[in-house]
Amino acid sequence: MSSKSLHVLFDDDDILLDAVKQIVKSKIYINEIYTPFPVHGLDKAMKLKPTNMSIATFIYGCIGFTVAIMMMNYIMIVDWPQNIGGKPSFTLIENIPSFVPIIFEMTVFFAAHLMVITFYLKSKLWPFKKAENPHPSTTDDKFLIDMETGTNIAKTKTMLKKLGAISIEIINNDEDEK
Amino acid sequence: MSSHYEAPIRKPLVIGDKSYHDITEDIARPIETPPNKDWWIAFGISMAAFMWGVGCIIYTIGTGIGTWGLNKTVGWAWDITNFVWWVGIGHAGTLISAVLLLFRQKWRMGINRSAEAMTIFSVIQAGLFPVIHMGRPWLIYWFFPIPNQFGSLWVNFNSPLLWDVFAISTYLTVSLVFWWTGLLPDFAMIRDRAVKPFQKKIYSLISFGWSGRAKDWQRFEEVSLVLAGLATPLVLSVHTIVSFDFATSVIPGWHTTIFPPYFVAGAIFSGFAMVQTLLIIMRKVSRLESYITVQHIEMMNIVIMITGSIVGCAYITELFIAWYSGVEYEQYAFLNRATGPYWWAYFLMMSCNVVSPQVMWFKKIRTSIIWSFVISIVVNVGMWFERFVIIVTSLHRDYLPSSWTMFSPTFIDIGIFIGTIGFFFVLFLLYARSFPVVAQSEVKTILKSSGENYKKLRDKK
Repeated sequence: MSSKSLHVLFDDDDILLDAVKQIVKSKIYINEIYTPFPVHGLDKAMKLKPTNMSIATFIYGCIGFTVAIMMMNYIMIVDWPQNIGGKPSFTLIENIPSFVPIIFEMTVFFAAHLMVITFYLKSKLWPFKKAENPHPSTTDDKFLIDMETGTNIAKTKTMLKKLGAISIEIINNDEDEK
Repeated sequence: MSSHYEAPIRKPLVIGDKSYHDITEDIARPIETPPNKDWWIAFGISMAAFMWGVGCIIYTIGTGIGTWGLNKTVGWAWDITNFVWWVGIGHAGTLISAVLLLFRQKWRMGINRSAEAMTIFSVIQAGLFPVIHMGRPWLIYWFFPIPNQFGSLWVNFNSPLLWDVFAISTYLTVSLVFWWTGLLPDFAMIRDRAVKPFQKKIYSLISFGWSGRAKDWQRFEEVSLVLAGLATPLVLSVHTIVSFDFATSVIPGWHTTIFPPYFVAGAIFSGFAMVQTLLIIMRKVSRLESYITVQHIEMMNIVIMITGSIVGCAYITELFIAWYSGVEYEQYAFLNRATGPYWWAYFLMMSCNVVSPQVMWFKKIRTSIIWSFVISIVVNVGMWFERFVIIVTSLHRDYLPSSWTMFSPTFIDIGIFIGTIGFFFVLFLLYARSFPVVAQSEVKTILKSSGENYKKLRDKK
């Protein structure tokens, strides 16, 4: 690992996208990109793996579905069966029509909340968490690539200038660690 | 540029010569400038109404539900009317943010934030009514599936009232996390430009340390899409379940299979009307005319017109089915609604909800801001009367003519209702001065495709 990295600022999403494609082509490793809004195609351009969030959510939904059925089965059928106006309600299969609304609600409840919690934990989002974007303008209108310097800094710099970077800053990582 | 192509026939959704930074400035302005006198006057009036409502609630809880105008025949009146009215209003927010996201409607981006805020604030108002009506709100935990202290008797999962507890609490919490997740990048924007240390601290805290990494955005977009997919059936289920409170009973006038779709359409109708009322004022006061354009207002008016027509259809279907069923109790219930002592409420409901939105067929009217504002108020009044008509006229003349009676609200009934309107506006006014009221990070994504300046640039080529 080289001890230096570059912070390259851009002021347009289309220029950024083209630049990222070029940087990836020239085999220089991109540590991170900070943008003020989702830039479509950026994840593919920097070869990020697709997220598994929706698969996780499906599993969470299944958990909610199961919990709801088990809870109502225990409460209404096993623990305390009730005769409600003589209606057939003494087995799960007989009583399940009136459990449908709550089964649905609990499926959504589990899926939605567990998904959001997973998202917050994986992306390190919680109260009192300090923001990590190196430049405050990356939540406004600037785009920042945090990347390796490549073998020849000067050459990388000229390439980035040509790609439309508005500022290039060399960051010395060793100093940060001290 | 070519990747941002949008048909020239589509009207721009961001007016004026805006850059990304201009959007930031425009959205941050209401937060960074002190409120003016008008805001304080509006806040003062809302706060006074809220405090009046708090007084009435305390009196109700201290003395009992007997302080309301309810009687032996009409056991449900303003409380449940207000509950359904507020829940209904709370439907537009999630509809705008979820359903319109699934349909890839770009015009949702100017209005979704405020619509969701309105949803959350109005569901809070709705939630107050069942709690107050319990009479002993400190026993609220009896709603939850725990065995009570008299043995192991549980809540009854066969009761629509319990389904409502689950539906409303799921809806409120899911809407809240949907809203807050969308807010994170916008709070981060305010945080990163804040100059006052206290402001910086607060926005750092509530932005959860959002940094805008590429991976975060990838997850963010996936989470938004999946949440929208979950919230869409959820929003339809909530008012369906609210309508079950009535539809599963045996009261003529309530016992109808048409209730779920009819209630859902009515909810969207009244919700959009409330969004219209609030945003027409807000776009002017917070100078957001570039983001909440006449095009947005027209789109919302079209939704109001269509859902109003669905509601109208439902009213007429109800009448027809009452006659066609041959059940004389059902027939009397509807005859009594239209021609009985509450005919004036039925007339108000019909004229406000069925007739008034039909003027939106005229382009001149649905693109006129004054007309849109007036109609939105009329619709809200009409939808309150719809619930009043359904609830009170079905009850006040029941099977025994000797117990026929009328309902008249006491000043406590009225006070609590006014209090919730005050509370709603207190929350909304505070929101308008401290939250980014337009989802700026989302608007920035459509600037190049739907911004007026970029559209013009493309046309020239």
